[in-house]
Amino acid sequence: MTDFSTVSESTFEERSFWDRLGAFIISVLVLPLALLDGLLSRLQARIGIQRMGYWFILPNLLIFGTFILLPMLLNFYYGFTGGTSILPQNRTWVGTENLSALLTCEDYTRPLTCTEDLFWRGAANTVRFVVIEVTAIILLSLVTAVALNRRIRARGFFRSVFFYPVLLSPVVVALIWKWILQPQGVLNSLLADGRPIPFLTNADWAMFWVIVVHVWAQMGFYTLILLAGLQAIPKDLYEAASMDGANEWSRFWHITLPLLRPTMLVVLVLTLIRSVQVFDLAFVFTGGGPGTATQFLVQFIFQSAFDDRRFGIAAGASLLLAGTLLVFTIIQLRVNRSSLDNGEG
Amino acid sequence: MNKKALAGLFIASSLALAGFVQAQDVTELRLTWYNDGNEGEVLRSLLDTFEANNPDIRVVVDTLPYADLHTTLQAQVEAGDAPDLARINDVARFAGNYLPLNDIVADADYYTTNFPEAVLASLRTADDTTGIYGFPLQFSVTVPFINRTLWDQAGIEPLGPDATWPEWVAASEEVAAATGTPYAFAIDRTGHRFWGFSLVQGADYINEEGGFTIDTPGFRAAAQELIDYNAAGLIPADVWAGSGGGYVAATEYFINGQVPLYYAGTWQIGNFTNNISAFDWELIPNPAGEAQSTGIPGGSLLVSFASTEHPAEVARLVDYLSSTEVVREFSERTLFLPGHLGLIEEGIDYPSSAEALSVALTEIPKISEEAYALQYSPFTFVLNPEIRDRLSQVIVGEISLDEAIVLIQERIDQAVAEAAAAA
Repeated sequence: MTDFSTVSESTFEERSFWDRLGAFIISVLVLPLALLDGLLSRLQARIGIQRMGYWFILPNLLIFGTFILLPMLLNFYYGFTGGTSILPQNRTWVGTENLSALLTCEDYTRPLTCTEDLFWRGAANTVRFVVIEVTAIILLSLVTAVALNRRIRARGFFRSVFFYPVLLSPVVVALIWKWILQPQGVLNSLLADGRPIPFLTNADWAMFWVIVVHVWAQMGFYTLILLAGLQAIPKDLYEAASMDGANEWSRFWHITLPLLRPTMLVVLVLTLIRSVQVFDLAFVFTGGGPGTATQFLVQFIFQSAFDDRRFGIAAGASLLLAGTLLVFTIIQLRVNRSSLDNGEG
Repeated sequence: MNKKALAGLFIASSLALAGFVQAQDVTELRLTWYNDGNEGEVLRSLLDTFEANNPDIRVVVDTLPYADLHTTLQAQVEAGDAPDLARINDVARFAGNYLPLNDIVADADYYTTNFPEAVLASLRTADDTTGIYGFPLQFSVTVPFINRTLWDQAGIEPLGPDATWPEWVAASEEVAAATGTPYAFAIDRTGHRFWGFSLVQGADYINEEGGFTIDTPGFRAAAQELIDYNAAGLIPADVWAGSGGGYVAATEYFINGQVPLYYAGTWQIGNFTNNISAFDWELIPNPAGEAQSTGIPGGSLLVSFASTEHPAEVARLVDYLSSTEVVREFSERTLFLPGHLGLIEEGIDYPSSAEALSVALTEIPKISEEAYALQYSPFTFVLNPEIRDRLSQVIVGEISLDEAIVLIQERIDQAVAEAAAAA
């Protein structure tokens, strides 16, 4: 019979310095956990296991309440107050004055006739951006996901290539592309022989490049979601369709697309919300220029608050933006629910 | 516990207690600061000297990024939790919250004698004509720079003091053409620089009632020149036309030798001294025009806040930092212009770029009253970005100059009316 105590003791003595250091560090790390366990066990004994769940979600709720819920409530209040003071108690109640200023226009097709013309320019730019960007992201992500779902050579490498931009900070992406596209940038050095091509100094070019760069930076993430959706589609459906003589297009149209619809709805909701919130990348990339050609709603909010100190106008515009996003989300949730109810998902 | 451990514990406790007792005797002042260059290091070494001579005061410097400085301070001031002192330049924002120094500094007359009245007045509320609340730690003025090497290569002599802006730009265009330089003129994208450019051409922003008038022949002339220079490609397109949103400096174009004439300010002297070695550059006096030759003042002020619990100690620190010798050393080591009138007149022995800095010093007495009034107006942070952004819109063709003038006027009138209603 083996004497385990002897074996164990001799093994401990034979351990290297690093093993013992590791054991020491682990025991130090475990100590607070053991103490916490003791505290939680006592707490559970006092309040019962049913209520323990609330204690576990409390830290996250505190963070959510402090950094999300409280600012949201403050923003709601600021939207109905005026003045340049930052503290809520020093602000004067103006009712719907801010919302009224934002929404008043003599002719809604001409921003200059609006009291807050830059808000309407920002809104028009945002709508243009959202329509083109969301469409482009969904189509390109779908095509890319389908391509990357096939048995192609170096598939893992290509998946990484498409996902890589998602890992970059929007500021880094914006600066890299700015260096490429500015009048003295890389692309102009390669293409232009005299006057540089106004990639960022012409309104149409600037909007085009903001969309291109945004799509490039984001589509990897949505491609990944769609790829997961594609891989969840049972292969036997394709085999059965092939046996029935369905060609590749028919299989895509009648199997892939319908079964991918819930995933595409998720992508649609996410892209829509993120593209309406477009700010950081575009702000660093073009600053909203040339003129106001790429100035979006969130930049208007940012500048109204932190450049002009018109916190009420900024908060009012935030409320309008939030309301718009809420409507979008509700519509899409209803569409999603009805398609699930109809068994399409 | 053995004897050694007991002895160690006793010594540690004694030291902690001694430190605690000593800490009780030391007043800690907090100074909020921002850095443009090396002035933070210079300040620290000056404060070390101050602390050595005043062992009962310790100064903690909290350095913030400039972009967040005034917003952070505003929240602190409104919450009654302002630092004891701060280095700021949006002075009107905190008027009414500064600590009156008249009765607690060693000699109040020293401040009124040695610092520009317009700068001291910028810290006062409307009904206050004598209060001292701080002093200009460092001064700046907008000035043009030329790439002297390019002018020499083109064989064109820089113009004299009576030349106007259009004459300078026309001459610079010739220099650019002769030397193959891509641009003739660069001007930072900011209303502050445009004020200087337009004031000498006859713009007159502040009317007799104390309100603002945008639509003047001088403003129109300067604005039209800026528009025309952009349309002709004389100005780098991405500075005024290509950018939106905020301040854009054209510094890189000058440092890289791509423009013979650049309108910026004296704060660039240190930058150019350190970063330009490929060519000779010069600071030239502000051009003349229909109106007086003037630059726009700037720089930062050291102020103290009324919420401080240590007014006497704050006053001692302000006395020290505003003293002639300290201002002289601070200016010499940072290559900043002093806001001290005696030193401006006397001159400073700068260790480098002495010629440019001496020309810069001669620009300070030329600053017009209107230039001071614009810079230190409570509405400067409304007018400046509004002019900048609306002119950019005109340059890219979104709106006309007439429409821009109306929009700027409406915005400034609205801000004045809101301030009047709040008062």
